[in-house]
Amino acid sequence: MTTVSRTSASGTTATGWSATGRLTASALALAVGVVAVSAVGLMLGSRALPLTDVLAALAGQDSGDASIIVWDQRLPRTLLGLLVGAALGIGGAVAQGLTRNALADPGLLGVSAGAALAIVIGTFTFGITALAPQLVLGIVGATAAGAAVLLLGTRSSIAATPQGFALIGVAISAILGSIASTLVLLDANTLDEYRFWLVGSLAGRGTSTLTAVAPVILVGIALALGCSRLLDGLALGDDAAQALGVGLRRARILAGTAVIVLTGAAVAAAGPIAFVGLAVPHAARALSGPRASWLLPFSGALGAVLLVTADVLGRIISRPSELQAGVVTALVGAPVALLLITRARSGGAV
Amino acid sequence: MTTRTLSTRSGPVRVWALGGGRISVLIRPRTVRCAVILIVTVLALALLATAFGTRWLPLSEVVSGLTGRADSTVNLTVREFRLPRVVVAVLVGIALGTSGAITQSLSRNPLGSPDVLGVVNGASAGAVVVMLAAGGSTVGAGGASAALSRVGVPLGAVAGALLSAAIVLGIASCRFGALPATHRVVLVGVICNAVFLGLVQWGLTIGDVDQAAKAAVFLAGSLHGRGWEHVVGVGIAVALLLPLAMLLKRSLDALQLGDDTAVMLGVRVSRIRLGLFIVAFALAGTAVAAAGAVSFVALLAPQLARRIAPSAGTPLLASALIGAVLLLAADLIARHLVPGTELPAGAVTALVGAPALLFLLLRMGERR
Repeated sequence: MTTVSRTSASGTTATGWSATGRLTASALALAVGVVAVSAVGLMLGSRALPLTDVLAALAGQDSGDASIIVWDQRLPRTLLGLLVGAALGIGGAVAQGLTRNALADPGLLGVSAGAALAIVIGTFTFGITALAPQLVLGIVGATAAGAAVLLLGTRSSIAATPQGFALIGVAISAILGSIASTLVLLDANTLDEYRFWLVGSLAGRGTSTLTAVAPVILVGIALALGCSRLLDGLALGDDAAQALGVGLRRARILAGTAVIVLTGAAVAAAGPIAFVGLAVPHAARALSGPRASWLLPFSGALGAVLLVTADVLGRIISRPSELQAGVVTALVGAPVALLLITRARSGGAV
Repeated sequence: MTTRTLSTRSGPVRVWALGGGRISVLIRPRTVRCAVILIVTVLALALLATAFGTRWLPLSEVVSGLTGRADSTVNLTVREFRLPRVVVAVLVGIALGTSGAITQSLSRNPLGSPDVLGVVNGASAGAVVVMLAAGGSTVGAGGASAALSRVGVPLGAVAGALLSAAIVLGIASCRFGALPATHRVVLVGVICNAVFLGLVQWGLTIGDVDQAAKAAVFLAGSLHGRGWEHVVGVGIAVALLLPLAMLLKRSLDALQLGDDTAVMLGVRVSRIRLGLFIVAFALAGTAVAAAGAVSFVALLAPQLARRIAPSAGTPLLASALIGAVLLLAADLIARHLVPGTELPAGAVTALVGAPALLFLLLRMGERR
C-alpha cells in the first residue's frame, strides 16, 4: 500500500503515493465504509442487536425477534438507504458534469420540484397521505417534469451551451415549486403532510418501497456509469468534446435521462435529501480526481455511506423518536465535506 | 463638448468628450433606453399597487391621498397601508436583484445567487428559531409573543444572515488547497447553505402546524402588513450599498476577465472581492429581514437583465430594476389570484419571472 512510485506520469502526491495507489486506497476505504455502515445499520436502532444475532438472523438460523427485526425492518431500510444515497450521489455528479456547473444538484432538472408538486396535488385534492401512493405520485411527477426539462433543454438553440440547459431546469423547477408552495399555503393539512415529506427520511419505508425503486435505481446507475466517457468529453468543453466525437445532444439526453431516473426514484422513495446530491460529488472529487469513471462510483459510495450513517445516527440520537435522515445528513455531512474539500490538493474542477 | 459614436459587439456606444477630450463619458443608448423603460414600468406598477386593494381607488384619489389632501380614510389607506408596502416591494426587489447580479458575476455562474450561498437560508434559520421560541404553545401568551415575532423575527433574520455570512467568508478566507478564492466561497457557501436549509426544514417539523404555517409564509416571502418600520432597514442598506456597488462595478467587470488580468488592470483583487461579497450578502440579508426569504428574484432578475438589456459588463442597474418589477408584479398577482385569500408575494415571483426567462431562452436561444 505504501509503495512509492516516482515513475508515475501523473505525478506523485505530497505523501509520496502514486496517483493510482491513492485512488485504490480511497476505493478500498470507501468499500470498507459501505460494509461497515451496513453492518451498523443492521445492528443499531431502538433496540441494539449484537453482530452475532444479526448474522444468525441473516443466515436464517434464528426465528425469534431478531429475525423479524432484521428481515422486515432493518435490512430493507439499510438497503434503501444505500441505494438512495448512491443514486443521489451519482445523480449529482452526473448533473454537475452535464451542466458543467459546480452548483448543479440532481434536482436541477426539475425532478425534485416535479415530485414535490405531484405529492402536494395528491394531498391537496385527494387527501393522499399514505407512503405507497405518494411513491407512485412522486415517480409520475418527477418523470413528467424531467421529461419537460429534457425536451426543452436539448432543443438545438438551447443545447448550444450547458448554461442554457441549467437555466431551463431552474425556470421549470421555479414554476413547479411556486405552484406547490401556493397550494401548501392554502391548506393546512397539505402543509402538515408536506413539511415532513420535504425533510427527507427513510423511516417507515418497508420492503415494498425497496422492491419498487431498487430496479429503477440500478438501471439508472448502469446508465450513468455508461455515460462516464461522454461526461469526460463534455468536461473538456463543447468544442473539444465534439472534436473527440461526442455528440453533444445525444450526450446530454443520455446523461440527463440518467439523472432523472436516479433522482426521480430516490426522491420518490425518501424525499428530497438536498445535501447528498450537491455536496457529495465535490467531496468525492477531492478523493477521486476529475475522471468520471472514478468520480461516479466514488460519489455513489460516499453518498451511500453518508445517508446510512445519518439514518443510523437519527435513530439513536433522539430515541425513542427519530430525527429525519435529511436533517442529519446535512449536519454530519457538512464538516466531512468541508474537510475533504479543504484538504484536497487538486481541489477538482469547479 | 464633442460626441462620437462607436459600434461595439453589444451595440452602439456614444462617447461624450468634455474639456477637450480630457474627460470622456461612455453612454450606451440601448442601456439608457432600457433603464428609462424599466423605471417607468416600476412607477406604473407602484401606482397600480397603490390603487388596487380591497377597495379600488381612482387615480385622482391616489394622488390626493399621497399628498395628504384626501379624506382621512383614504389618506390612512394610501399613506400608512399601501405606500409602505409598495416601497418595501421596490426596495427588496432592488436589493435582491443587485445582490444576485453581484454574486452571479463574481462566481461566473448563473446559479450563484445568494439563495444558494448560505445567506438567505441563514437568515431564514434565524427567523425560524425566533418564531419557534416566540410561538409558545397557547393563545394566552399572545401579547408578548406577538411583539416578539414582530420585532424579533427581522432581528433573528439579520442575526442569521450575519452569522452565515461570517461563517462562509471566514472559512473561505483560509487558503486551503489549490482552489481559487471565488470557488472557495462558492463551495463553502453551498455546503453551509445545505446545513441551514436542513435546520430550517427541521424547524418546520418540530413546531405545531400553525407555527409551521407562519414559518412557511416567511419562507415564501410576503409583503403582507409591511409598514414604514420595515422600510428602514432595507432602505438604509439600498441607499448605502447600491451606490457602493455601482462604484465597484468597474472592478467587478475587471474580475470577470480573471484574477490575473484584473490585477493588471489595477484592481486589488482579494479586497475588492471580499467587499463585493459583503455588499451582496448585506443586501440579501436585509431584504430577507424585511420581506422574508423571497425566492428566485435574486436568481431570475440578473438573468432577465442580461437578456433584456445586454451590456458588456454586469447589468447592476437593470437587475435592480427588474427585481423591483418582479416583486411588485408578484405582489399584485398574489393579492388577487385566489379570491378571499392573500397569497405571499414570494410564492408567485417565480410564476412571473420564470415564464419570462423560459420565453427569452426559447426565443433567442443561448449565445455562445
